[in-house]
Amino acid sequence: MCQVEEEYHGPLQREELPSVSKQCMKCKEAGAAVVIRAGDAYCRGCFKEYFIHKFRAMLGKNRLIFPGEKVLLAVSGGPSSCSMLSQVQEGLSQNAHKKLRFLPGIVYIDEGGAVGQSVEDRRRTVDQLQAVFRATGFPFLVVPLEQVLDLPSSVVLSAPGAPEWKAGAYKAAVDHFLLSDGSSGVTAQQQQETPPLEVQEAHTHSLQRLLGSARTLTAREELLNTLRQHLLVHTARSAGYSKVMLGDSCTRLAVKLLSSISLGRGAQLAHDTGFSDSRYGDIILVRPMRDYSAKEIAYYNRMFSVPSVFTAGLETKTADKSSIQRLTESFVTKLQADFPSTVSTIYRTSEKLQSCKSLASAGGDRCLLCVCALDTAAENASAFSATLISEQLSQTQSPEQSRPAPEAPPPASQCCSAVGGEACGNRGGGCCSSAEASEPPPLRSLLCYSCQLTIKDLSSEEVLPHYILSEAQRRLRRSQLREEIRDFLLEDEADEG
Amino acid sequence: MAAPVAIHLEFGGGAELLVDGVKDHHVTLPSQPEPWDVKQLLVWIRQNLLKERPELFVQGDSVRPGILVLINDADWELMGELDYQLQDQDNVVFISTLHGG
Ligand SMILES: [Zn+2]
Ligand SMILES: [Zn+2]
Repeated sequence: MCQVEEEYHGPLQREELPSVSKQCMKCKEAGAAVVIRAGDAYCRGCFKEYFIHKFRAMLGKNRLIFPGEKVLLAVSGGPSSCSMLSQVQEGLSQNAHKKLRFLPGIVYIDEGGAVGQSVEDRRRTVDQLQAVFRATGFPFLVVPLEQVLDLPSSVVLSAPGAPEWKAGAYKAAVDHFLLSDGSSGVTAQQQQETPPLEVQEAHTHSLQRLLGSARTLTAREELLNTLRQHLLVHTARSAGYSKVMLGDSCTRLAVKLLSSISLGRGAQLAHDTGFSDSRYGDIILVRPMRDYSAKEIAYYNRMFSVPSVFTAGLETKTADKSSIQRLTESFVTKLQADFPSTVSTIYRTSEKLQSCKSLASAGGDRCLLCVCALDTAAENASAFSATLISEQLSQTQSPEQSRPAPEAPPPASQCCSAVGGEACGNRGGGCCSSAEASEPPPLRSLLCYSCQLTIKDLSSEEVLPHYILSEAQRRLRRSQLREEIRDFLLEDEADEG
Repeated sequence: MAAPVAIHLEFGGGAELLVDGVKDHHVTLPSQPEPWDVKQLLVWIRQNLLKERPELFVQGDSVRPGILVLINDADWELMGELDYQLQDQDNVVFISTLHGG
């Protein structure tokens, strides 16, 4: 039974800061320099050791990156991804038994065009980053976001993945690697100097028109995230990388987790925030920085001179309430300040999430934008169908929705069953607009619930890049065809997505 | 009367955008009856350096959550935070960890 009379001990109280000793709690010798988590004070040396160990432990624990594998590091210039780059360098310089054994490359997606930076500013940022990248000796690519306009439709398809690694495959790969003298691995890679691609002004304008068509900052950020991810995956595929490392910190993932829930991405959380994300099949996204707080990263970068290049984003200098993502960020950072352990609890929740296997493995339809399994085929009594019904009801009451439907009106009885007799009787012909609403516009039917919301916030679907629109047409034609020949097909329920 | 204090302020991680895009500021805090502490420094910064949107840097008496403070390269949590008394030639760093910084 529920307990009705719970005892509350007054309002939540701010966690008292424990009186920190000024000595390192690890070596108990040197003076402390940084407080990580509530009360753990570390000296410089111990903090460095702790930081480096955590990176290797994260990769070691997950055993996802194989020796000799080509791994693309997505570096935005921000503190977290630059810290990730420095950890990879650190890992490659370690002595044999601790050494990382994969082949790293770097990609920088230049989003300056999307946020309205001048050509000179973009060039300056690229120059600064190229200097950082060149110093690592890793091969690197600078890709302007405008390139997303020229992507092939294959990006939004989940390619068949590498065969499931059996138990022991990792060890076998390590042994094989050691036999084949993997020590030459990194040096064998050429750091080819490709001149940064020239961006046509017209492309920048198209990109700006696309992002500008979003009526809310929330939708604009979601759209930008989606486009960036498509471009990353495509770049990795074309350059022969099988893993992409992303620099999301624990703080960022806590923000992402909560904002994803607010944005209706509950079904995709495991992909969006987990250590590895296999939605694209052949390219796996990995988040090795997910154990570090933004504070740890900022302190490490400062103390050990890890270079990073600040670039303004969509959210820079915006007010707390300008978008759902910004509001969540401000909530999480305030939480972090007042109740330090809560944020890591949020983030640890994300570790325990798993994507619905039945959806993912059935080879069913995937969202045209985020490439996650569609969550819109929910049963009648779900929250999703309830949302749709209330949306339909509210639409029939708004006058601008009552324009006549272009199709021939369906039989009245069928029409009214969708809305309820009363509204139909009052509105006469206007009723048919609800029939239109109950059948989602074509493009939306190819999207998951959350991406539908994003697209709904665009002033026009026509501004979407060609690769998305043409793939949408292909899928719609296919499902139309399937519909037409349905009567001739042998029913096979198990095969249906 | 406490003597004027010359200190070095650094802004990073995007916090520099709030102070004219300049990362390094060498400033001299004028002499005043009681010694300068970090709390008073924040008031001084608000009045003298923050050109726009001060709420993106200070909130209440303290810095906005998500902005880290280092005093002489150590976490200010180890130094008494707002109550730390500034010494001549101190180095105070503010790093924003916020996307919307
Ligand atoms: Zn120590
Ligand atoms: Zn989606």
